[in-house]
Amino acid sequence: MEKMTGTGVSPGIAIGKALVIQRTDAVLTGILLHEPSEKDAAVTQFEKALSAAISELESIKSDLALNADDHDLLNTHIEILSDPELTDSIIEKIRSEHRTAGDAVLEVINTFASIFENMSDDYMRARAADIKDIGRRIHLNLSGDKKNKGQIFKPGTILIADDLSPSETITFDLKLIAGFITRKGSRTSHTAIIAKSKGLPAIVGCTEAVTTIKDGDTIILDGSNGVVFVNPGEDLTNEYLVKLKAWKQHADSLRSLKDIEASTKDGVRIRLSANISKAEEWEETFDNGGEGVGLLRTELLFMDRESFPSEDEQFEFYRQVALQSKGKPVIIRTIDIGGDKQIPYFGLPAEPNPFLGYRAIRICLDQKELFSTQLKAILRASVFGDLKIMFPMISNIGELREAKSILKETKTTLRNNGIAFNADIKTGIMIEIPSAAITADLLAKETDFFSIGTNDLCQYTLAVDRMNEKITHLYEPFNPAVLRLIKFVIEQGQKNNLYVGMCGEMAADPLATLLLAGMGLRDFSMSPSAIPVIKNIILHSTLKMATEICHNVMNMNNAEEIRAYLKTVVENK
Amino acid sequence: MITNDYTIFAAQGLHARPATALIKLCKNFKSTIWLKKGEKIIKLNSMLNLLTLAIKGGDKVSVIIEGEDEDEAATAIDAFFTEQLKEL
Repeated sequence: MEKMTGTGVSPGIAIGKALVIQRTDAVLTGILLHEPSEKDAAVTQFEKALSAAISELESIKSDLALNADDHDLLNTHIEILSDPELTDSIIEKIRSEHRTAGDAVLEVINTFASIFENMSDDYMRARAADIKDIGRRIHLNLSGDKKNKGQIFKPGTILIADDLSPSETITFDLKLIAGFITRKGSRTSHTAIIAKSKGLPAIVGCTEAVTTIKDGDTIILDGSNGVVFVNPGEDLTNEYLVKLKAWKQHADSLRSLKDIEASTKDGVRIRLSANISKAEEWEETFDNGGEGVGLLRTELLFMDRESFPSEDEQFEFYRQVALQSKGKPVIIRTIDIGGDKQIPYFGLPAEPNPFLGYRAIRICLDQKELFSTQLKAILRASVFGDLKIMFPMISNIGELREAKSILKETKTTLRNNGIAFNADIKTGIMIEIPSAAITADLLAKETDFFSIGTNDLCQYTLAVDRMNEKITHLYEPFNPAVLRLIKFVIEQGQKNNLYVGMCGEMAADPLATLLLAGMGLRDFSMSPSAIPVIKNIILHSTLKMATEICHNVMNMNNAEEIRAYLKTVVENK
Repeated sequence: MITNDYTIFAAQGLHARPATALIKLCKNFKSTIWLKKGEKIIKLNSMLNLLTLAIKGGDKVSVIIEGEDEDEAATAIDAFFTEQLKEL
């Protein structure tokens, strides 16, 4: 058995037989043409090959089984083949530099490919593969080579290749392929994109694969961890067969739920959003059926660095989040440092009670420059998507008013400088301090939305430090005191026509889903991977059930009883 | 001659698919159409040149159109940048 590693670019497990794709690349001949008649012939030969290449792609395109992405890819290739920049340069090479048609194609294609290979953008770098693919197609038509069209695969084949070209993968029967391993490539390479879109595991950058693996070898491909086993023993195979089965079930359940709206059986719509920290997490959010971002943490922007990020740096971060939102709403929480989240360059002195100390909005209202820089960056990005602003750790209405007044001043500054922003940007607050929860009726009059942060609300209500191991048993979100606060906040929100969401851990707890829905909560935000499980619970229940569960729970006087009851409810469903 | 400025509101920028659509669109007109990003200017009849500009979401570009059907071309290109690009 041999083990090798690479970069896992598409998660999942495959066990199958290897098929190694060998490709011989065309090489320059160096032959020069001198007679004008030879050159004319070469140009004609090139033009014929070009139109043959285009008709080939047109004929693949007419295959009705193609999906929209493949169709687009073929259109792009056809458009590049018809690009006068490409064809003129090739003809020029033949006429002025005396090259044969084949050499001219190779040289021009290599020039363009290297332009793309040297670009800074990953996506554009990966386009070099498209250019080379096109070059190969013209070349094959020039030499009249019988293309290795329509490779015959056995079901469960694991393809091993140097790299896979875009038009190559289109002609593969992907139903027979279990996974991909390539020597070259990156996360944005064609192999990665195809594999992900088909839900097939793939590893790129596996340098030994092509030379070590032989046709027919048994392969275990673990795309989640970027590991390949060649001719594994029976024990390892069995271990992976179990993992494979679990993975399949997991993937099936995700897929089956992804595009279904979360509604109860009696038609109450519940929105499930994601808590994320960077723009790249949108992908996972959408893959899991998330309908927006209920909490964008901004601390990551400030961590792991030597000094504060500039307004432009922050703007770029929020803009990327907005640009990838597909129009879905995003709630941005302004910086929540202090407490357990410390930033060394900020120089905050150690405090005896950091959770009760100088943190989050308290710092922002004290250091207005820091706060307004962040607000400015968010406002500037607000023209790129549906962004909302949320203030953390509000404990009284004065803080809310002060934060809003700084926001207003910031808007005026931007307006005076002629900078575009969404003037109607919605602003809300986190409800995570008991004093805020208890005065939710007052706060509701002056804000656009609430988001309940159950982690802090629980620790502050119960006077339990969640990091202290000796008292973890006291940290209990199902404590009736916490539940009463949550219920009150939701009710006050509804009474004042406010959007009320929850972004704490409780929103992702399957035990709490129906209880919260019964209290009237309609917006849940959680880590993307938790969404399918919660959605599944909602799809199998009714509001009537949820209301009854809430009624029963609110009549219980201790957390143990509540948990036991909720467990039987979940298990009996 | 008509010049229009646009900000690219598509997350991925002008990647292969929208670039293909834009080149195809421009082929429908007799006018010569250029696209300018910063200092660089290219004719909108070349996919390769368009792709090498690596236009990203948020970038600002200008389109310059000259020819007998420049008004029609400007209208169509305007619709492309302000409406269709978001769908691509």
